[in-house]
Amino acid sequence: MITTTQLEAWLQRAATLLDENKEHLTELDAAIGDADHGANIARGFSAVVQKLAAQPGQPARALFQTTGMTLMSSVGGASGMLYGNFFLKAAGVAGDREALRGDELLAALEAGRDGIVQRGRAALGDKTMIDAWTPALLALKAALAAGQPAATAFRACATAAEQGMRDTLPLQARKGRASYLGERSVGHQDPGATSSYLILRALADTLAAPSEI
Amino acid sequence: MKKLINTVDAVVREQMEGMALAHPDLLRVSLEPKYIVRADAPVAGKVALLSGGGSGHEPMHSGFVGQGMLDGACPGEIFTAPTPEQMLACGLEVNSGAGVLLLVKNYTGDVLSFETAAELLHAEGVAVRTVLIDDDVAVKDSLFTAGRRGVGGAVIMEKIAGGAAEAGYDLARLAALARRVNLNTRSMGMALTSCIVPAAGRPTFTLDEAEMEIGIGIHGEPGQQRMALASVDEITTRLASEIIGDGAYTRVVHEFEPATGEWTELTLVNTPFQPGDRVLAFVNSMGGTPVSELYAVYRQLASICAAHGLTIVRNLIGSYVTSLEMQGCSITLTRMDDEMLRCWDAPVNTPALRRGV
Ligand SMILES: Nc1ncnc2c1ncn2[C@@H]1O[C@H](COP(=O)(O)OP(=O)(O)OP(=O)(O)O)[C@@H](O)[C@H]1O
Ligand SMILES: [Mg+2]
Repeated sequence: MITTTQLEAWLQRAATLLDENKEHLTELDAAIGDADHGANIARGFSAVVQKLAAQPGQPARALFQTTGMTLMSSVGGASGMLYGNFFLKAAGVAGDREALRGDELLAALEAGRDGIVQRGRAALGDKTMIDAWTPALLALKAALAAGQPAATAFRACATAAEQGMRDTLPLQARKGRASYLGERSVGHQDPGATSSYLILRALADTLAAPSEI
Repeated sequence: MKKLINTVDAVVREQMEGMALAHPDLLRVSLEPKYIVRADAPVAGKVALLSGGGSGHEPMHSGFVGQGMLDGACPGEIFTAPTPEQMLACGLEVNSGAGVLLLVKNYTGDVLSFETAAELLHAEGVAVRTVLIDDDVAVKDSLFTAGRRGVGGAVIMEKIAGGAAEAGYDLARLAALARRVNLNTRSMGMALTSCIVPAAGRPTFTLDEAEMEIGIGIHGEPGQQRMALASVDEITTRLASEIIGDGAYTRVVHEFEPATGEWTELTLVNTPFQPGDRVLAFVNSMGGTPVSELYAVYRQLASICAAHGLTIVRNLIGSYVTSLEMQGCSITLTRMDDEMLRCWDAPVNTPALRRGV
């Protein structure tokens, strides 16, 4: 079982990773966007950590709801709305529980990913964060179906997200600011796919045995 | 970076505080969350017009709040979309019961925020509609991009819809008129220099002394083409030709349907300009270009319009949709009909646009 304490730790770890990679994310966004993704996402997750610290021990639904609302009200850019929607949709599926099975967390993450698609209307291959989420959740589903323990399954999830992130490099953007560059967006890694990978890596790190990180 | 600022973090807030002090007769300002409403909001029986977007384009949108134009404006951080939380609070404050029309420039961040805000306002029992502004002909196709950006057309739409709202249009009729303004409006811009976003501290891009960027947006994002600097006549001819020669642009937009609370998909098409059209010509400074140069643009624009059989029936010349201190200009042409002219000519009393009052 994955406890809400672990989910809180996940969001803290995500905030740390995103902050450490702030410059990198901004550089990626400078190449094909408007150079604000690092600042946007680091600001959002640091606000989330502060909010959660003020209300520790919330059940899964409230935890994700707070996260989603905070991202929406503190980020402003496209990614704030998309990640905000992700957590709000995940909250609906996670329910008022103190602990989730791996497949229950998967269902919440899938609902979150569907929330990103619903709002942003991006398809796989449009060079967005969806290109990290979709392969990652497929890998997670397969690993859980094969009976792997959570630590292994969520590591496989992060690895697939990383691959999906790298695979955005040759793509031409069709959504978001990068799409205005047309062919000039080819050859750059998508900043949103990169932050999505970092978020999923944070989850894998949190669920791993300490020696694995 | 040389700017008249105290600290980078305070730029947006201190500007709002200044506006509140300068225009207490016209505006009320909320700092938490950030929004500006007209002093007499909500106006009984009137549909409220709400717009917003990243800061750095002043006077748009805050400078257009007041009688005959916007009821509310939500400024985001510089060049960053505002949040739904701001729009919800602002929308609730300006709604008189007659509903709220959200005027949304087509940028992913703005669209996603306004879509969320529309749903939140609907959940609060407010009748909401949305209209998209996407007039930048520098973006050619809508299938492989996020679609044309909203630029100068925003001012034209806000003024015309503002006049109509004041005249008592209901929400559906107002949305239809605003949509018609958008479908008859085209713009294109160019830059001589970059701008400096305070948080970044350095120019977003660099142009040599002998270079210019054609087809820019309003956030210092790359344009259509970088080319050798040319004369004002040549630059004006290039921008005007792209606008006047633009074909039937087709895109799918999503508008909020207040009766069902659902998003409806509409396929909208702009009709190309035709000889005999009456147009409003808007020559806009990106912030750093002086009015003297704008008149030189207008001079050439007038002769190009005449050559294409377009009659300029109204004009607007000045700094209205800016990109901080960027030097450059944009041209907007709107095909006008009698109804649009009537609303354009209606009295307006805002910090940035005032006549007939
Ligand atoms: N329609 C979309 N669907 C899914 N992801 C998207 C979409 N549009 C953009 N993105 C993701 O958002 C990332 C950019 O996020 P960022 O925080 O920089 O927002 P932005 O585009 O600068 O927003 P704004 O328009 O408000 O300035 C992209 O790298 C991409 O992964
Ligand atoms: Mg960005």
